Amino acid sequence: MTKHEMTNDEIMTKHERTPRPLLPSSFVIRHSSFRRRQVVEVVIFWLFRVATYLVLAAATYIFLDIGIKGSRTLFTTRAPFINVPFFTQGPQTLFVFDYEGEKYTLSDREFRAWKTEHPVEVEATSVAYSAGGVWPCIVGTALLVVGSMILALAVGICSAIYLNEYSQNTRFIRLIRIAILNLAGVPSIVFGLFGFGLFVIFLHWNVSLLAGWFTLGLMILPAIITASEESLRAVPNGLREGSLALGATKWQTIRKNVLPYAVPGILTSSILGIGRVAGETAPIMFTAAYALRDEMPWQVQRWTDFVFQGVMALPYHIYVVSSKIPQNEYTERVQYGAACILLLLVFAIALASIVLRERTRGHLSW
Amino acid sequence: MVVMENEEITHPAPPLELQKPPEPEPRQPVMINVADVDFCYGTHQVLFDVNLEIPPRAVTALIGPSGCGKTTLLRCFNRMNDLIDGARISAGSIRLEGHNIYAPDIDVVDLRRRVGMVFQKSNPFPKSIYENVAYGLRVLGVNKKSRINEAVEKGLRASALWDEVKDRLDSSAYGLSGGQQQRLCIARALAVEPEVILMDEPCSALDPIATAKVEELIYQLRENFTIVIVTHNMQQAGRCSNYTAFFYLGRLIEFGATSKIFSNPSQLQTEDYITGRFG
Repeated sequence: MTKHEMTNDEIMTKHERTPRPLLPSSFVIRHSSFRRRQVVEVVIFWLFRVATYLVLAAATYIFLDIGIKGSRTLFTTRAPFINVPFFTQGPQTLFVFDYEGEKYTLSDREFRAWKTEHPVEVEATSVAYSAGGVWPCIVGTALLVVGSMILALAVGICSAIYLNEYSQNTRFIRLIRIAILNLAGVPSIVFGLFGFGLFVIFLHWNVSLLAGWFTLGLMILPAIITASEESLRAVPNGLREGSLALGATKWQTIRKNVLPYAVPGILTSSILGIGRVAGETAPIMFTAAYALRDEMPWQVQRWTDFVFQGVMALPYHIYVVSSKIPQNEYTERVQYGAACILLLLVFAIALASIVLRERTRGHLSW
Repeated sequence: MVVMENEEITHPAPPLELQKPPEPEPRQPVMINVADVDFCYGTHQVLFDVNLEIPPRAVTALIGPSGCGKTTLLRCFNRMNDLIDGARISAGSIRLEGHNIYAPDIDVVDLRRRVGMVFQKSNPFPKSIYENVAYGLRVLGVNKKSRINEAVEKGLRASALWDEVKDRLDSSAYGLSGGQQQRLCIARALAVEPEVILMDEPCSALDPIATAKVEELIYQLRENFTIVIVTHNMQQAGRCSNYTAFFYLGRLIEFGATSKIFSNPSQLQTEDYITGRFG
C-alpha cells in the first residue's frame, strides 16, 4: 500500500530522470531456443487452464443433469407445480399395463383401486419402488443427520477443548493426534462394517437409528475435532490470560471467553460434516438403513423403540433404486428425483449453518 | 478500594516531577517478599537468586534490558507462569503478605483476584465496555445488578475513563482507542478490588499522550494499591515509580528508591544502563 499515490506528472518526471539503460546487443538476438521456450510456456499455461476448467465442466454437468432430470420429478406443469405425492408418500410399486387400447401407469394403491372397479385379468408389468415418493427417506436422512451431528459435535468439541486448552504436548497427546488423523482417512465402508460389528451385532442394537448415529458420528468425528481445534487456536491467548488474571477459573475462562468466539468457526466446519453425513451410503447400509419400510419413524409402539428402529434414507434409497432393481424407462424418475432432493437438502442445511454462523459471529475481530 | 481522604489532606499529591515520597526506611512493611528465587523454563534458567521486598501502596518499577527476566518475575506474582509448559520456580519462595503463594494449599484463583494484572498488549474482551469491567465480578459469582453497576462505575472512574465512556457503556470495547483500551483493562482489573496490580509494559503500544494519561493514572492508584510495573522506558520508571529494581541477565543488580537509583546508583551496571551506555 502506498501512502502517497504518484500523479501522472510525477511519474513522467521520474521516468525522465532515470535514463533508459542501453541493452547490450546480445539481449536482442533471438537464440535458437527462443521458439521452443515460447511453445513450452504456452503448452504449460493451457495445461493448467484446461485442468481448472475441467473441474467447472464436471460440476456444471453433474448439477445440470441432476437438476434437469430431477426437476421433471419434483415439479409438475399444473398447479401447485410441485409434485406433492413425491414429497409426501412412501415408495410404491409401479404397475404398467394396457387395457382397451389405453396405457396405464399406476402406483400400487391406485392399481388396487382400479382393479376393484374393473374386475378383469390384466397382464401388468410391475416396477419396484418406481411409484409414490421419498417422504420416509427424507425423514430418515434428517433424523440421521441431526442425531449424528449432535453426537459428533458434543464429543468433538469436548475433545478439541481438552486437546487445545488442557492437554500438554506429551508423547501420548501426540499419539492421540495421529490417531485422529488416521481416523479421518478410514474409508466409510470400513466405518460401516465397524458399526455393524460393534453396534448392530455385539451391542444388539440391530439395524437402528442409534447404530447409524454412532457410526456416522464416529465417521465425521475427526473432521469436527480438527476444525474445532483450529477455531479454538484462532482465539487470541490474550483473552485467556486476561480472564485468568481477573480470577476466573479455567472452565469459566473457556466457557465465557474462548468458546463463544470459536463457535462460528466450529459451525462452519460442521457444514462439511453435515454434507458427508447426509450423503454417505456405506456407513448406514449395514447399520441404519432399510430398503423399504411402511411405517414412519414416529409410528412406534413405545417411545423407547424410537432409537432402535431402522429408517429409510435418501442415499441408500438412491443406491437401491439405481442398482438393486431392473432398470427400465420407469425407474429414472425416482432415481433423479431422490438425488435432486438429496442435493437440495444438503444445500439447505449448509445454508442454514452459514446463516447461523453469520448471526453468532457478531463483531469479532482481533 | 479505600479512599483515605485524611491522608490526602495532610499529604497533597506531589507534582509528577522529581518530588518523591520519603526514602525507604530500613524496617518497612512488605507486600511481596521474593526470597532466593531461581526460575526455569524447562532447563533454561532465566532468574538467578532474586531477593526483593516490594513495599505496599507504592509503585515499584522493574527495569532492565530485554530478556533480563523482569516480565518473568512479574508473572510469578500472580502465578501466570503456571500456564506455560515447563515453567517453574526451581528454588526460593514468593510471599504475599507473609503467605507463600506457591504453597500447595494456595487457591490460585483467589490469588489472582488479589493480584490483578494489566498486560503489555491491551486485551479487552470482545464484549461491551460494561461487560468488560463487570467480567471479574461475574466470574466471582456476583449477580446483583446494583452491585455490578456500582463496581463498573467505580472501576471506570478510578481509571479516569468514566467521563469518556459513560454514554456508550453498551458499545463494543473494540471501538475505543488504544489508550482507552488499556485504561479499560486497568478498570477491569480495579473492579475486582485487588490489593496488588501488576503491569507488564502497559504503555509500550501507546502514543505519548495516551502514555501520559496512563502514567498519571498509575501515579494516582499508588495511594490505594501496590503496583508493580515492568517497563522498558526509563523515563517512565523515573516519572511514576517510587522504587526501582534493575535487572540484568536474570539477576537483580540493584533495588532502591527511584530517586536514588536514578541520581546516585551504587552499582556501575545500573549507572551504565540508566545513562544509556548499554541496553
